[in-house]
Parts: sequence; structure tokens; C-alpha cells
Amino acid sequence: MEEAMRANSKMRAEPGVESSPRGPGCSLRHFACEQNLLSRPDGSASFLQGVAEKSRERLIRNTCEAVVLGALHPRTSITVVLQVISDAGSLLACCLNAACMALVDAGVPMRALFCGVTCALDSEGTLVLDPTAKQEKEARAVLTFALDSVEQKLLMSTTKGLYSDAELQQCLAAAQAASQRVFRFYRESLQRRYSKS
Amino acid sequence: MAAGFKTVEPLEYYRRFLKENCRPDGRELGEFRTTTVNIGSISTADGSALVKLGNTTVICGIKAEFAAPPTDAPDKGYVVPNVDLPPLCSSRFRSGPPGEEAQVASQFIADVIENSQIIQKEDLCISPGKLSWVLYCDIICLDYDGNILDACTFALLAALKNVQLPEVTINEETALAEVNLNKKSYLNIRTHPVATSFAVFDDTLLIVDPTGEEEHLATGTLTVVMDEEGKLCCLHKPGGSGLTGAKLQDCMSRAVTRHKEVKKLMDEVIKSMKPK
Repeated sequence: MEEAMRANSKMRAEPGVESSPRGPGCSLRHFACEQNLLSRPDGSASFLQGVAEKSRERLIRNTCEAVVLGALHPRTSITVVLQVISDAGSLLACCLNAACMALVDAGVPMRALFCGVTCALDSEGTLVLDPTAKQEKEARAVLTFALDSVEQKLLMSTTKGLYSDAELQQCLAAAQAASQRVFRFYRESLQRRYSKS
Repeated sequence: MAAGFKTVEPLEYYRRFLKENCRPDGRELGEFRTTTVNIGSISTADGSALVKLGNTTVICGIKAEFAAPPTDAPDKGYVVPNVDLPPLCSSRFRSGPPGEEAQVASQFIADVIENSQIIQKEDLCISPGKLSWVLYCDIICLDYDGNILDACTFALLAALKNVQLPEVTINEETALAEVNLNKKSYLNIRTHPVATSFAVFDDTLLIVDPTGEEEHLATGTLTVVMDEEGKLCCLHKPGGSGLTGAKLQDCMSRAVTRHKEVKKLMDEVIKSMKPK
């Protein structure tokens, strides 16, 4: 038990550090995830990634509705409560990741996992994945995608700013590549959790 | 006989049509409903437009008022959109505070205005730090039959093209604004964003301009807002079944042709209007 707690705290210490420069293109910031940390709800997860309301709720809800096998639970209400602890950019993507992990933790049957990835395009057209809050503000366009785990299809997208069709395809391809990394992290995180209990 | 089947198995009824690559109202999968626009019908508003997309009817009225510019941007004005879906347009809406769909539509229109830079907010400033215009854009749906976002975007664009603002001078002695109603000028509309909506069926088929029934049966929706240079202002896909990159490409090309159709229609109507 103590080992597990130490492992958790170790994961949490790192996210504050984001001064290391990231190369243009593919790197995502460090992740941390902790599950089952609340005793009352059926499932819960906190997702740390790196150190406009009804619209965002609807996006998250519709994404969850697309993957959750609702037909297996008739007359059931599944409430997903997301509490923002800190916002250092890419908030919507982080919310989507947390929602997915919480649904897995609760044991809700889903047809696929999903993850959120944010891309920012700056004024020169350079693509930055998982932008910080400062990068998001200075970017010409910020695109957030939700991708599924089976074929990396686009489940949800919301964008801000002006960009061309070619840039969209470029961002989508980069997001699909990055989503592989997120799904690998989900798998490792779950393996770690279930190997202990 | 067909009506009975439609009530009992609406999705199967629909699939029979989709197999023949057409829809119950006779349209092809990539065809829009008849679009009509009437500009300048409300004389009490500074700009107005009525758009009909098949049965979906949306009216946009714009009123310009004075306001103090925001403290963090003293040389900018405001554009405040509001989409209202009253109970008269469809039985699914109840009277009272705006429901979720109306709020999401308002947010969508606000995003389109912000992202496309359709109006330079600096153009709305009269006197930096003291006085600026605020444009209240009220979009009301009169009849809801699907594809509300396309109709609202078109109505907003047409109404903005119709807005005439009077000349305002600040009297230096009294520091009051003097409005010259005889001298009016049109707004400088920099881009023309046009929205194209699609509905996804059975995870594979994409149909353009869904009606109310089609939206209900669809497994997902996608709205693309494009301006005349082919730049995208908004790619709104609120969940629903997944799409591959190739399908997205098809949507983009359809959006480009739709933009041309809408622009042509709007230019014709504006040309045919008698000057006020």
C-alpha cells in the first residue's frame, strides 16, 4: 500500500516542471493518473497533464454517449462529474481523458476507449501538440480532437481560429499518432493498478 | 402502408431509401434543400434577414447601440449574438430560460464571428476608450426542421451585410455624441463564412443538410464553416460516430461548393434590393 502511495506521489511531482523545451511536432507533456481515489462514487480518476460551459459539457457528453454501450443499461443514468483542479492548457483534452479513465474505472461497458488531443498552430504554421496555456493564447488556431482507440477515427472536434484544409489534415494525422501514446499510457496505468490488487 | 412502416421502424424505412442513394424527400445525399433569403424585411432593425432552408426558417435582426468599450480593448466594439429557439418552432422546446441547444447554438455563432473575423471589432469603435457600437444580433428560429446552424450562420451573414450604421461625431464642447441619421454607411464585411452541416448514418454514410427527422435518426453530426479562401473557421463535431480523414476530405470539398452556391444567392439578392 505504501509503495503504491509513493509511486503516486512520484508521478505527481513531475508535472510542475515544464521548462524543458519540446521539439516542434510530436511530444506530449508528462502525464499522471490516479484511480479510485474517491470512495463514494463507483469510479473516479484524476488525470494530470502538464502543470465556455454548456458547450464543453455537451462535447464531452456526446463523445461519451458515442462510445458507451447504453443499450446494456436501460433506465440507468450515468453521471460524469469533472472537477478542474488546475488548468495549464489543453483543458478539454484533459477532461476527455479523465472522463474515459473514470468510465473504465467504473466498469461501464464501452465499444472503444477515447482520448483527447489538442494541437495549436502558430502564426508561421508550426504545429505544437498539447500546448500550454501561453501557447494556446498566442496561437493562430487551436484544434481539439477526440479519437477512438480502435481505428483512431475522429469522434469529436472543436476548433478555434482560422486554418486551411491541409493544416487540418496535418493536425489530425499528428493527433492520431499522439493518441497512440495516450492509449499506451492508459494500458500501462491500468496494468499497474490491477497488478497490485 | 408506408406510413405505418415509417412509424414502427423509422430507421429501417430510412435505410431503404439510403440504399438507393436518395432520401424520402427525393433529394440526393449531397443535395441541399431549396434556400431562400429575404434581406431587410424588418424596418425597425438596423439590419435583418430571413432565411428558409426547406422548412427550417430563421430570422436574424441586428440592433446597434452605444456602449463603453471594454477596458482591456479600448479600441474595439462588441458583437453579441443570441440564438433563440422558442416553443413555437418545435414541440421539443419549452418556454423559459434558453435550453441547452439554444445555448450551444449561441456559442457556435459567437465562435464563428470570433474565428472568422467577419467584422473587425476596431471598425465598431467611435471614440477609443469612450464610445463604441455594440451590435446585438438576435437570431430567432421560427420553424425547426433540422440544420439550424447552417440557417443561423447564413441569416447572420446576410443581416450583417444589410446593417447600415449612422455617422456619429463627438461634440467637443458638450462631450455628447451626435448621430447623423441621414448619413449611413454599410459595415465592412471582411469574410463570408458559410456553414455546411452533415449527418452521419450507421457510422459510414454522410448526408448533407439533414432534416429534423434525419437528425433524430443520425448517429452523429458535423458542421464545417468555411470562408471564401477555403480557410476553415470552425469544425464542429460534437461527438457521435467516428469519421476517417478521407471522409473529412469529402466534407471539405462539399463545403467549398456550398460556399459558392450561398455566396451567389446572397449577391443576387443584395443586387436586386432597391437602395433605401
